[in-house]
Amino acid sequence: MATAIDNQATVAHVAEHEHHEPQSFLRTYIFSEDHKTIAKQYLISGIIWSVIGISLSVIFRLQLGFPDMNMGFLRPVLGNWINESNKLDPNFYLALVTMHGTIMVFFVLTAGLSGTFSNFLIPLQIGARDMASGFLNMLSYWFFFLASVIMFASMFIETGPAGGGWVVYPPLSALPQASPGGGSGMTMWLVSMALFIVSQLLGGINYITTVINLRTRGMSFSKLPLTIWAFFLTAVLGLISFPVLLSASLLLIFDRSFGTSFYLSEIYINGEALPNVGGSPILFQHLFWFLGHPEVYIVLLPALGMTSEIIATNSRKPIFGYRAMIASMMGIAFLAFIVWAHHMFVTGMNPFLGSIFMFLTLIIAVPSAVKAFNYITTLWRGNIRFTPAMLFSIGLVSFFISGGLTGLILGNSALDIQLHDTYFVVAHFHLVMGAASAFGLLAGVYHWFPKMFGRMLNEKLGYIHFWLTFIGIYLVFFPMHYVGIAGFPRRYYAFTSYDFTKNIFADMNSFISLAAVFTFTAQWVFMYNFVYSLFKGKKATQNPWKSNTLEWTTPIEPGHGNWPGEIPAVYRWPYDYSKPGAKDDFIPQNVPYSQTPESNLPHENELISLEKEIEAQNLNDQFKQPH
Amino acid sequence: MVYIVALLAVVFLGLAALVVSRMAGVVKNVNGPVSEDRIGTSNRINGALFLAFLILGLIGAVWSFLYARQFFLPEASSIHGRRVDFLFWLSMSIITFAFVVTNILLFYFAWRYQHKEGRKASYYPENHKLELIWTVIPAVIMAVLVFTGWRAWRDIMSEAPKDAQVFEIVGKQFNWIVRYPGIDDNKLGAYNYKLIDNNNDTGIDYTDEASFDDFTSTTELHIPVNKPILLKIRARDVLHSVFIPHMRVKMDAVPGMPTRFWFVADKTTDEMRNETGNQDFGYEIACTEVCGRGHFSMRLRLIVEDEASWQAWCKEQKPLLSSTPELAVRIPGNLKAKAAKYLPADGASAPADSATASVQKSGGLAVVRSTIR
Repeated sequence: MATAIDNQATVAHVAEHEHHEPQSFLRTYIFSEDHKTIAKQYLISGIIWSVIGISLSVIFRLQLGFPDMNMGFLRPVLGNWINESNKLDPNFYLALVTMHGTIMVFFVLTAGLSGTFSNFLIPLQIGARDMASGFLNMLSYWFFFLASVIMFASMFIETGPAGGGWVVYPPLSALPQASPGGGSGMTMWLVSMALFIVSQLLGGINYITTVINLRTRGMSFSKLPLTIWAFFLTAVLGLISFPVLLSASLLLIFDRSFGTSFYLSEIYINGEALPNVGGSPILFQHLFWFLGHPEVYIVLLPALGMTSEIIATNSRKPIFGYRAMIASMMGIAFLAFIVWAHHMFVTGMNPFLGSIFMFLTLIIAVPSAVKAFNYITTLWRGNIRFTPAMLFSIGLVSFFISGGLTGLILGNSALDIQLHDTYFVVAHFHLVMGAASAFGLLAGVYHWFPKMFGRMLNEKLGYIHFWLTFIGIYLVFFPMHYVGIAGFPRRYYAFTSYDFTKNIFADMNSFISLAAVFTFTAQWVFMYNFVYSLFKGKKATQNPWKSNTLEWTTPIEPGHGNWPGEIPAVYRWPYDYSKPGAKDDFIPQNVPYSQTPESNLPHENELISLEKEIEAQNLNDQFKQPH
Repeated sequence: MVYIVALLAVVFLGLAALVVSRMAGVVKNVNGPVSEDRIGTSNRINGALFLAFLILGLIGAVWSFLYARQFFLPEASSIHGRRVDFLFWLSMSIITFAFVVTNILLFYFAWRYQHKEGRKASYYPENHKLELIWTVIPAVIMAVLVFTGWRAWRDIMSEAPKDAQVFEIVGKQFNWIVRYPGIDDNKLGAYNYKLIDNNNDTGIDYTDEASFDDFTSTTELHIPVNKPILLKIRARDVLHSVFIPHMRVKMDAVPGMPTRFWFVADKTTDEMRNETGNQDFGYEIACTEVCGRGHFSMRLRLIVEDEASWQAWCKEQKPLLSSTPELAVRIPGNLKAKAAKYLPADGASAPADSATASVQKSGGLAVVRSTIR
């Protein structure tokens, strides 16, 4: 949209900015304040964490699927956690489960997903030079890095990492004498999480401020791509709920180290009655799940937002029910705060509260169903291109439906009595939150890789990666429902102690483990593709997916400030695909209605008169502010 | 089934080999001629694969369900359990229907509307009527499920009937301890966690005379059939959770906060042995809240028997006070006389006293029994 006016502005702008000195290597790539670099830092960290996190799950799946297996071959890595009889130590099994959960939920799907794409896409899609505060953004990453280092280090201390499940319920997590995993590993877990929360808050404040203040001319909230809506709501969720986890962690630190009794009461352990009375372990659960439940949506909403964008682009159709999609995301975000206690139906919480939370929980099914139907209707009568990103997005919708539906059962408190803490729950949340979000992350990487690195990921390898992963994940988690219906409790080291689990489903568990190993192996196709394409991938074009959003109007590899000249103004919503009458099957957001008389709808013709107004709007261009 | 696993392993290996060989081919072509028209064969293959996945997936889902069904828990042995099971399978059938329909639409549309040269997607941004329909239908179905679920929940969680037989179950690392109220007063005595020691592992308070006849077990819980059972649940060290899979019972054990769960078991262990055809069948109590190293092996056997044999069994058990007379020092002076019959020290008088007591008691229980049956 290089009009004459734009060009003049560009010249003026460039002149104005000559004084920017090239920054040192350290400031450009390590302690960078550029949102794109920070996004890449998050992405690489997230990928490394996901390899660690999934590897841990493969180790405990080997234990569950092949309980008689000789684990001696892992001794070089795990040392004494493999005992004399070449078996996994039961304490270490719990540590593996705990670290897998913590890493995947927080370090991969929160930091790796939201951290990467909120940072990368918010300024690019709303038309901003950078985040509202590049410095806070940099701090956010480095707090996360510090949290990562501490969490990683905790895996190498003698008593092992935290081992009370990722929910770290006290008293198990509060009493070092209750398990080795409650020792220094737990202290490091808490310190790491405290830093992680600081990082999330710094990031969240930034995302919210940026979306509210730095939208380009004409980019009203009703023209925001759904990705940005999702990131915005995610940031709000995180900003409200993460401090509660921080308080829960702080109180736990007090109980552990300073003799307080917030969560401890009437405990006799190791031959000693502790003096603590009056505390309540249930208090911790309330505080934990007040974050823990919104956290589910913190990892899921960005995935839903990105796939909305990807599905619309690759179906060459507007997303069906744009406003309904926003409304349901807002509904989900609001309801996310008032359903936390459905994780606690059988903890001894007042049953009346159980009734209330059951009603509230099942309401969430309505906006979720609307989203699923809207996705499906977007495909209907489309002209679908199966890019790898599109494949992963369709996979996400399938997981979202399959996993979400069992939520209707678990959200029903009467049915939850039997299924609580069984493999049914494991299957449910791995599909709806784990796999769906992971597919969102992968779809995002495939879709925005060209914008991030200026090169294309190999499509064929992408197809192979998708099909192996998609089939693999269903093979892992679909049979888990059966194991759960048979009553198998989760976090069990072995199923040999009970008649109702002995000699049943041993082959099913082996099968699940094989499928897990298979799925994990398939990820190396992606790893190879990622690294290879980073250096040798096909060069990207400016708008490889023929997409409407603003990031594709930047140069192939956007530099500091994203747009070399004036930031483009926005005139239309981001989903004008296959508009009747239009020459191409897409009309980018920065094309004014006055240039497309052939495809304008009647009410859009009226908007032409507003275009001058939009152009004259005060532009929040950070480069024009004194800085 | 081992063969099926082996077979699948081979299939996986085959697939892996295929991938590796394909990968080599793909990598070779990476720098070769790239066709500008990207939307071609691959698009058709992916579309077809979605359809194939749909069909094979549905077959796999049905087959795996039919296979796995034999291993599900048998019909619930408690009254509320069967109600819950009914609701579970009702919800399951509704969501299975939704699952099948939505996945069919998703994959069918993906295949049907794959890219075709020259076709233009239809510009179809919204339809309020359609959106209203699929907001209202799930909402109505949800309302029905919630309402039935809520009524069941309310009944299950209601106060236990007055005549419920009370037991206490205490979780510790890593076993359960059951405390019976004793045959003389059928009342649980008070407890205090500070009184716990090796002799008194549930911290029974012997300043309460209701404690004198209480007895404990770390291996089994015997309960009478067809009678409301109230489990008073607590934990000694960390969180545990009482899980009786065949009864559809689950409730956390929380240190410092006693919890409870009541239910009616209506199939004895023997009846279940006949029903399942497994003469070794036994009910079990497990732990479902992670509690440390031994979390996976906190087994407690649960024996459901008819009231008469339950009574008889209880009578054979010795109160903790009798088996551990050292605890007598904790009894305050004014109650020493009442406790005397449980203590072997006055060997002569004890049997006579307990005999009279049990006669009275069994009379009382006979009344209870007659009202229940």
